[in-house]
Amino acid sequence: MEIIMSVVAGILFAAGIYNLLQKQLLRIVIGTVILSNGAHLFILTMGKLKRGAPPVLEYGVSEYADPLPQALILTSIVISFGLTSLLLVLSYRAAQENNTDNMEKLRGNHDE
Amino acid sequence: MLFAVLLPLVLTLLIPFLSKFKDKVHTGIFVFFIPLGIFIFFVRFIGEGFSPELESYPWIPSLGISLDFYLDGLSLLFVLLISGIGALVTFYSIFYLHKSEKLAHFYVYLLLFMTAMLGVVLSDNVYLLYTFWELTSISSFLLIGYWNHREGSRYGAMKSMLITVFGGLSMLGAFMLLHVITGVTSVQQMIGSVDLILSSDYLPLIMTLLLLGAFTKSAQFPFHIWLPDAMEAPTPVSAYLHSATMVKAGIFLVARFSPIFHGYEWFFIVVSGIGIITLCWASYMAVRQTDLKGILAFSTVSQLGMIMAMLGFGTEAAVFAAVFHILNHATFKGSLFMIAGIIDHESGTRDIRKLGGLMTLMPISATLALFAALSMAGVPLPFLNGFYSKELFFENSLHIGDTTLWIASFLKQAIPYLAVFGSIFTFVYSMYFLFGTFTGKQKLEQLPKKPHEAPIGMLIAPAILVFGVIFIGLFPNLFNETFLAHAAKAISGEDTHEHIVYWHGLKPAFYMSLIVVAFGTLLYLFRKKWWSIYRAIPGSLSFNRVYNGILKGLDVYTAKLTKSYMNGSLRRYTALIVSTIIIVTGLVMAGTNGFTFKTDDLAPVTIPEILVGIMVIAGAVGTILAKNNVAAIIILGVSGYGQALLFVFYRAPDLALTQLVIETITVALLLLCFHHLPQLSRRTEGAGFRLTNAVIAVGFGTLMTLIGISAHSSKWFTAISDYFLETSHDLGGGDNVVNVILVDMRGLDTLFEITVLGIAAFSIYSLIKLRSKEGE
Repeated sequence: MEIIMSVVAGILFAAGIYNLLQKQLLRIVIGTVILSNGAHLFILTMGKLKRGAPPVLEYGVSEYADPLPQALILTSIVISFGLTSLLLVLSYRAAQENNTDNMEKLRGNHDE
Repeated sequence: MLFAVLLPLVLTLLIPFLSKFKDKVHTGIFVFFIPLGIFIFFVRFIGEGFSPELESYPWIPSLGISLDFYLDGLSLLFVLLISGIGALVTFYSIFYLHKSEKLAHFYVYLLLFMTAMLGVVLSDNVYLLYTFWELTSISSFLLIGYWNHREGSRYGAMKSMLITVFGGLSMLGAFMLLHVITGVTSVQQMIGSVDLILSSDYLPLIMTLLLLGAFTKSAQFPFHIWLPDAMEAPTPVSAYLHSATMVKAGIFLVARFSPIFHGYEWFFIVVSGIGIITLCWASYMAVRQTDLKGILAFSTVSQLGMIMAMLGFGTEAAVFAAVFHILNHATFKGSLFMIAGIIDHESGTRDIRKLGGLMTLMPISATLALFAALSMAGVPLPFLNGFYSKELFFENSLHIGDTTLWIASFLKQAIPYLAVFGSIFTFVYSMYFLFGTFTGKQKLEQLPKKPHEAPIGMLIAPAILVFGVIFIGLFPNLFNETFLAHAAKAISGEDTHEHIVYWHGLKPAFYMSLIVVAFGTLLYLFRKKWWSIYRAIPGSLSFNRVYNGILKGLDVYTAKLTKSYMNGSLRRYTALIVSTIIIVTGLVMAGTNGFTFKTDDLAPVTIPEILVGIMVIAGAVGTILAKNNVAAIIILGVSGYGQALLFVFYRAPDLALTQLVIETITVALLLLCFHHLPQLSRRTEGAGFRLTNAVIAVGFGTLMTLIGISAHSSKWFTAISDYFLETSHDLGGGDNVVNVILVDMRGLDTLFEITVLGIAAFSIYSLIKLRSKEGE
């Protein structure tokens, strides 16, 4: 199952990168969302899957799933949500100010 | 000694406050006492019973770097030059620099230089030496560029910096090799393990790198080009850094390390060869200059070449002569620079074509210049120190040690002739400087100012130096056993008992001096006849053109290279970054056998999981295929909810809950944003564009899959998760381990996470509220 899930994570990465390389601002935001989803699955898979009970301690249970990747992913989900919202508003404002959402037209000054 | 080295640096902290009163008291007056104090502190070491001293303070013991200060005869000579000339130059600058100049800047740079230069000559640790060495380059850069509104100053500063720092880095390479070979960082201990170094395969490389450092600093051919441009600095700086002290750091380095290379024949070939070429070329070029300071700059280069050549001879007597000439050169060249500064200050120009006949207007300066210039020319008079060291140079050029290599033998034959050739031109430019300025027809109408004698304060410093010229000339042996012999011993390692006498008898060296004077006089008198030779040699050839070409080439090609990939397209940057990750990570993983694939110990495959997996994939890929933006967003939601289901399968209830909430909000936000931007364009992309994207995306996906599989196929470390499971209840007081990790064990992490979210929230709020002025 781990191998299959690694492949799934890899496909998510690929889809995320593909979106990231698009010209449209909205697609780039979508790309980052997929990319972080891929990363979450990736981290979870590295800690082995379906071993023991959910990491909530109970009497009589000695095997639990690895809690560390879960804690990391939980942090990551929330952070990537913050990132996504910021990116969205940023691209919304950028598109509004410049009247375009095409990245190829947003290139900065020549003096840079 | 540590205190003496750092004292100037400490005063720099006070300079900004002291310079507040510069209208009442010239800042230089405060500074003057620092080098004077250091001079008095060190002058007590002079004496026949002097023995070297070592002081050590720990600094970075783990790297073998400590503040080791070693005072031997050679250091003492340099320390006294640095502090003595430093005091005179500071005194001179009080009258030279007007109070309206940026005095605080000037004196901060100057004091910084003093610390750096004292550090160079006193350091025993090679890394400490290197640190101070680069600090001299930096302070020299700042001082040359002092009048930074001038184009020439900036050019000269940059040039000196590039060339000397290049050499400094080479030198660092040599130091590292020496450190690796001998295992010690102290110069004296390196000299102790000289056999180890001489038998090393890296010996030629070490010598080349070390000499690159020395030659660039001491402006040896062909690196001499920075020194004439450094003359843009204020004259006190030229007299101090670019004639008496900093440019002699290269000489110091060669002298310091010559006990190691002594007996290595290539050392003689390179050091003496380059030195003698520098002497000839620079003295030949000096005659062509029209700027007074330009003449002196080339003259300094040639004199440094002469000292370098003598150090290369390596015989005990030659080393003694070199040391003697270091002292003499500082006296006569320092005073000549100050006189050039006086002429510039009082007449408004340094162009020798406009000057002439100043003898009657500036009698004191003329008298001082007369003695200093005759000493520089090596005229055989018993009260000029320059003559003594020049004659010792001739004598030693005839008595070079035994040679085995043919090139060394050839050089040994050629050196006496080249020495005479260079000295003839030395004589010519000395006369040219002296008579061109002070005799001949007055051309007062061409001068910006009406010249008159300088104020007495300005004349004191050069007068003291000229007094030194004559005093050393009259009583050379006063300095011999007490001072110079110790310095020579530090270089050659043998006790030196030279006796300096005026009259050696009718020996070859005396004839050589006579030839120099005779031919020099002829060449000077008939200089208009042979002047045109400069059109043939060097003609339009010059090392400056090489330097400028290299700089320009670097500018042009780096700009081209950067523009070739930095075209402003963020998409291009992303593609480049991701491709680099794929290539570099892939190669490293493949090269280190990082990819592993094991099928044992896997969780069982179940149908529901596979179905949800397919749903996640379908959602992700669907966002690419969807033509419509709303559709893409909805499909993205499908993928996210699928992932939440996967979290349920994989025993992560907290993740599943969070993912559900976040996914819902994200989709809602995306739709909201989309709603406010109705004019979004349709997608129009070519097949090539999509193919590039696909290749990079698939490459990255494959790489990550392989890494993921390798990660759970290999077990290098035991997991630390057990610790959390065991201690969660007792230490964290909670049964939900994930929660305990987040709020307790890694609580600080979570705190920062909240901070990040807060910052994001503020940014979002201000982005929405922010309106450009034209907009609304």
